[in-house]
Amino acid sequence: MAHSSSGRPERQAPPEIFYGEEEARKYTSNTRMIEIQSQLSERALELLRLPEDQPCFILDVGCGSGLSGETLTEQGHFWVGVDISSHMLDVAVERETEGDLVLGDMGYGMPFKPGTFDGVISISALQWLCNADKSFHHPPKRLLKFFSSLYACLSRGSRAVFQLYPENSSQLELITQQSMRAGFTGGLVVDFPNSTKAKKMFLCLFAGGQPQQLPKGLGTEVGNSQRQQIDFNSKRAKMKKLRGAKSAKGSRDWILEKKERRRRQGREVRPDTKYTARKRKVTF
Amino acid sequence: MFTSPHGKGGKQDKMKLLTHNMLTSNIIKTVTNGYPLKIVPTQVEVKTVDFNPEFISRMLPKIDWPALCQAAQSVGHGEGLPEALTEKYEEDEMLLKKVHHVLMQVEVLEGNLVCPETGRQFPISSGIPNMLLNEDEV
Repeated sequence: MAHSSSGRPERQAPPEIFYGEEEARKYTSNTRMIEIQSQLSERALELLRLPEDQPCFILDVGCGSGLSGETLTEQGHFWVGVDISSHMLDVAVERETEGDLVLGDMGYGMPFKPGTFDGVISISALQWLCNADKSFHHPPKRLLKFFSSLYACLSRGSRAVFQLYPENSSQLELITQQSMRAGFTGGLVVDFPNSTKAKKMFLCLFAGGQPQQLPKGLGTEVGNSQRQQIDFNSKRAKMKKLRGAKSAKGSRDWILEKKERRRRQGREVRPDTKYTARKRKVTF
Repeated sequence: MFTSPHGKGGKQDKMKLLTHNMLTSNIIKTVTNGYPLKIVPTQVEVKTVDFNPEFISRMLPKIDWPALCQAAQSVGHGEGLPEALTEKYEEDEMLLKKVHHVLMQVEVLEGNLVCPETGRQFPISSGIPNMLLNEDEV
């Protein structure tokens, strides 16, 4: 769901208006939308790395129709969802989701007592906070209010994972900056950074406790090995690369490059072996 | 106020007392604590939820006990709850079951949550508390 800048829902109307009855309906009938949402929630939950075999209490920010909550329920966790669109919450009620729902605006802060939740998950909601939809809205202030109240209602050492669609890099910078000011550590995890379609961003935040290492994004390990390959290439090949010359079509290099490119896009690619691009015997 | 035994076929979702125990009104500018919110129920339901002793004993340290007792009384399900929590609550299955009933099965469908400091009312409609604020409260 890569929105072109004119097609971004944040540009069209405030969230409580945009997610009206018609848009909310899509989240029950459109199977593609449902599939994407549950895939994102599954990945976010993986990044949340909750203790195994232990029922946890999770906050779902921007829970919408409760699709992400369903993933939580499937894994045996209990959750509370907050959303600003009453239509989306109505759909959640209709879908008979397990978690409790609260109508609220994330920019006003999270109305929960300190240390309540074992983790926070949020799918495609955070970028809405960057908009000033009312005259008295001040995005940086709203972001800070949101993050600091969120930090308070999390138990120490727990994580918050936000999947988001930032409009540009300055928006992303503002979001991370405000979260760090609120006391969070952590950072951005990008899955398949080299693919326009499969690329997904997750802001992975830690609320105090032991220092934790940021998880790696999917499809990034391959990128590192690629860099090493270039390092070990012969000087001549390096110079050739610098000049931007492409390998001859059909050659081993050309095929390896193509495979590497597809790997970075997160597609399924056979491993490179000594047989890669080998010609078959004529007598075959 | 009336209590119906099993809802309308479980079609609607309501606010559990577990959620109420976590909610505060401290997002209002002038409120420092905002806890616990008073429940003024007009409709309460009891739903059957699977008993999960592990989750209940994990949640108990996070629960504000006096607030839970008060909330349970205000919705008419306070009987049988001890005034204070004993040390070994994990082994007391009777207590865990009682807490499970109050936390997970008793649900507020319609009513109001009232801020203890300002008296501001947050309406609960079809089980969803409305915590949206006005411009001057932010």
